[in-house]
Amino acid sequence: MSVRIRPAAGLLLAVGSVLVLATISLFIGVADMPLGDLISGDGSAQAIQLLLISRIPRTLALVLSGMSMGVAALIMQMLFRNRFVEPTTTGTVEAASLGLLVVALLAPGLPIFYKMVVASGFALAATFLFLRLVSKVPSSSSLIVPLLGLMFGGVISAVTTFFAYRYDLLQSLATWTNGDFSGVLRGRYELLFIAGGLALLSYLAADRFTVAGLGESFTRNLGLNYRRILALGLVIVSMVSAAAVVTAGTVPFLGLIVANIVSLTVGDNLRRALPWVAVSGAGFLLACDILGRVVRFPYEIPVGTVAGVFGSGIFLYLLLRRRARFG
Amino acid sequence: MALAVLALATIAAMVAFMTLGAKGNWDFVLPFRGGKLLGLVLVAIAVATATVLFQTITQNRILTPAVMGFDSLFIALQTALVFFLGTRDLANVDIRLRFFFETVLMVGMSMALFHWLFLSRRRSLHLVVLAGLVFGVFFRSLSYMMQRILDPNEFTALQDMLFASFNSIDTQLLVVSSIIVLAAGWLSHRLLARLDVLMLGRDAAINLGIDYQRVVMMLFAVIAVLVSVSTALVGPVTFFGLLVASLAYQAVGTDRHKYTLPAAALIAIIALVGGQTVMERVFGFDTALSIIIEFTGGIAFMLLLYRNLNR
Repeated sequence: MSVRIRPAAGLLLAVGSVLVLATISLFIGVADMPLGDLISGDGSAQAIQLLLISRIPRTLALVLSGMSMGVAALIMQMLFRNRFVEPTTTGTVEAASLGLLVVALLAPGLPIFYKMVVASGFALAATFLFLRLVSKVPSSSSLIVPLLGLMFGGVISAVTTFFAYRYDLLQSLATWTNGDFSGVLRGRYELLFIAGGLALLSYLAADRFTVAGLGESFTRNLGLNYRRILALGLVIVSMVSAAAVVTAGTVPFLGLIVANIVSLTVGDNLRRALPWVAVSGAGFLLACDILGRVVRFPYEIPVGTVAGVFGSGIFLYLLLRRRARFG
Repeated sequence: MALAVLALATIAAMVAFMTLGAKGNWDFVLPFRGGKLLGLVLVAIAVATATVLFQTITQNRILTPAVMGFDSLFIALQTALVFFLGTRDLANVDIRLRFFFETVLMVGMSMALFHWLFLSRRRSLHLVVLAGLVFGVFFRSLSYMMQRILDPNEFTALQDMLFASFNSIDTQLLVVSSIIVLAAGWLSHRLLARLDVLMLGRDAAINLGIDYQRVVMMLFAVIAVLVSVSTALVGPVTFFGLLVASLAYQAVGTDRHKYTLPAAALIAIIALVGGQTVMERVFGFDTALSIIIEFTGGIAFMLLLYRNLNR
């Protein structure tokens, strides 16, 4: 089953392909930006401006959110001890959108950073509530947890839709929830650096999460504070989801697929798996975004939709084929 | 007894819908509201019957065609038709003919899907449900993607064709839908006894002399047609059927389809017509009804799941 590539070399290869994708992403767009202009003098100021204001921010945002969504999903899977869990299957993302809606209704002028803080608060509360909910379920089937999670998210988003409908915010709501990076410009995506930073932070704590994934009593026996690890994990997951929702919306199943495929090939040691998840998350998102931009040039299909098609397709495949591995 | 009470409540809801707040010319009000009422009733019966039949076949009380993503499949099919054929050609085709064609496609596709999910291999129930939910996401994303690629003019035309809301139901479709719903009702009436046997499970049913494969496939065709009707008329309503069916089982307290089928249909009519009346006349807004149904239905689903688990 395991793929025999020397780990470091394989990872370098993966990083290389993400870089290639990122470069492609830089040069796709409605406005022409010939490479010659960048190097030679003619019109280079304009080309550089385009690059700095639009292309680089978009590519960076894609890389950062792909990375952090993958990492968040992997951490969540460890903490919930369930393969089919990630922010979009547990109500976390829905709660973050609800938080945004509440801000839009009560304090529309709030700076974007505080919007994210409120959204994270909602996401954290929902995730924690869901964790409590799940702990009451007899753990007969690993499939019950995502099933309940999808319903939980559905109920939260019904509440959100209800208020959005009453206050005429349905359209804004659709923009928040469906991942779309076409509006990303300089000054509109910097929050994602926080998410990226959190992804790095989780690398430092990776071994703790690995241990926590083995269960509460096991963690206690090793002399670690289980609750603190749990809290750290939940905060990372919530803030990553909130930052993604605030900036560009989220992408269904992205983390789930990336984390599962990586776990299948590299195993469950988080310190080894995290870099892989981060790189493949970024690569998957970049590829979907490029596809969405090329298919109907010069119009765009939001990346959330493209990834939704591929993501749910791969998820179905995992569910129905790899059954033996997940029990 | 329970059925009689439900029937009375249904009539009351219908009368309230037709008369409350009606001002002015009855010649206008009656046909206008009547068409709407007929649409709501048809949707209610279609959803309720499809759900009860589906739950009987799968021997499960938390599955519905909508939870399994069949509504989204129908929308994906319609979108694909526009996508590949274009609205201009489609607009020339009679809407009834198109609907017929779509329904045939729908029956074929969903039978294939059903066969693959339920009959080809034994799979755990939770796996099937989860796969169904993801199917829903898949078909929805797919239709959305095709819609984004469409020319904006085509898209506007498609949106009009895709689903009318509860407010503007196409009268031409109403006639076709009534015929289909009547036929489905007649067929399930003929199959009543066999449905009760199906409840005992596949092996028992075969032992008792039922041509299992044939009956199940036939029922499944009926379900697919009913889903097409309700989705074509009002768009997807995920949890409505689930809510209605479980209320019906509670109300009649028996598993016999002679009682559960009509009870589910009546409760569905009460919920839709009554809910719509309250929404329109009391609160003064319309489409929010489906949101409220979604909310209560989602909670009901979670409760059912819990009860299933702890039993």
